[in-house]
Amino acid sequence: MGSSTTVPPLAEIPENPARPAFNPAWLVVICTLFAAAAQVLLKFGALHPLPPVHLSDSASLTPFLSALLSDWPLLFGYSLHACNAMLLILALRHGHLSLLYPLYALSYVWVDLLSLHYFGEHMNIWRGAGIALIIGGVAMLGKASAE
Amino acid sequence: MSQTPLSSIILVLVASFIGSFGAVFLKLGAAHLSRGIRGLFNWQLIAGIGLFLGSSVPFIIALKHGELSVLYPMVSLSYVWAMLWSRMLFGEPITKQKVGALVLILGGILCIGVGGR
Repeated sequence: MGSSTTVPPLAEIPENPARPAFNPAWLVVICTLFAAAAQVLLKFGALHPLPPVHLSDSASLTPFLSALLSDWPLLFGYSLHACNAMLLILALRHGHLSLLYPLYALSYVWVDLLSLHYFGEHMNIWRGAGIALIIGGVAMLGKASAE
Repeated sequence: MSQTPLSSIILVLVASFIGSFGAVFLKLGAAHLSRGIRGLFNWQLIAGIGLFLGSSVPFIIALKHGELSVLYPMVSLSYVWAMLWSRMLFGEPITKQKVGALVLILGGILCIGVGGR
């Protein structure tokens, strides 16, 4: 391990190089926070006004593209998604699917909480039950895929 | 009062369909990764990433008018599509447990759809 200085202080330095320097379960929990933040950014980005683009009129493309490139929540959201995907791949290489899949479903909980906070969306019994069912389904899928 | 229009829900379900093909192409592309860094530039992997990006377009349009807490969980329909494509293209069996998962996910999407309107 030549790069032990870059290992987070809380992580154990592995005795066995085959063992990862991080717990994949915690990495997945961090990924769910990233994923939820990315969703919130995409929603903020979606609210950003974009001029219409007409396929027959190529001049309408310039204002559209410049508005798109100034939509920083959208671009930030996409970048966060890309980073998240790479972290997730890293976690999935080392961890057990039956644990990591259900953990990833935590992102539904974070997205709900953040939507309530940032966009004034509300919860009701149907939505709560739906989220619980989906988390159960994703958990079951992880278990089924690991066998 | 209706918070999330049906059109937004349909757009997200379309996005989940497109995105599930992204996963299929990533799986096909991943087979080339053993060839090292040059393996990254195979058309299946690029098509997979392209499909994921493409699927985000209807999702963003849906988000403009719909609620995030309703639309985001509905993307989980892509798990159901992926199960079908895995069976058809890679011969992965659909076990009883997977059917159970499918029922729970579909039930959850239905509940959220009911609660979101």
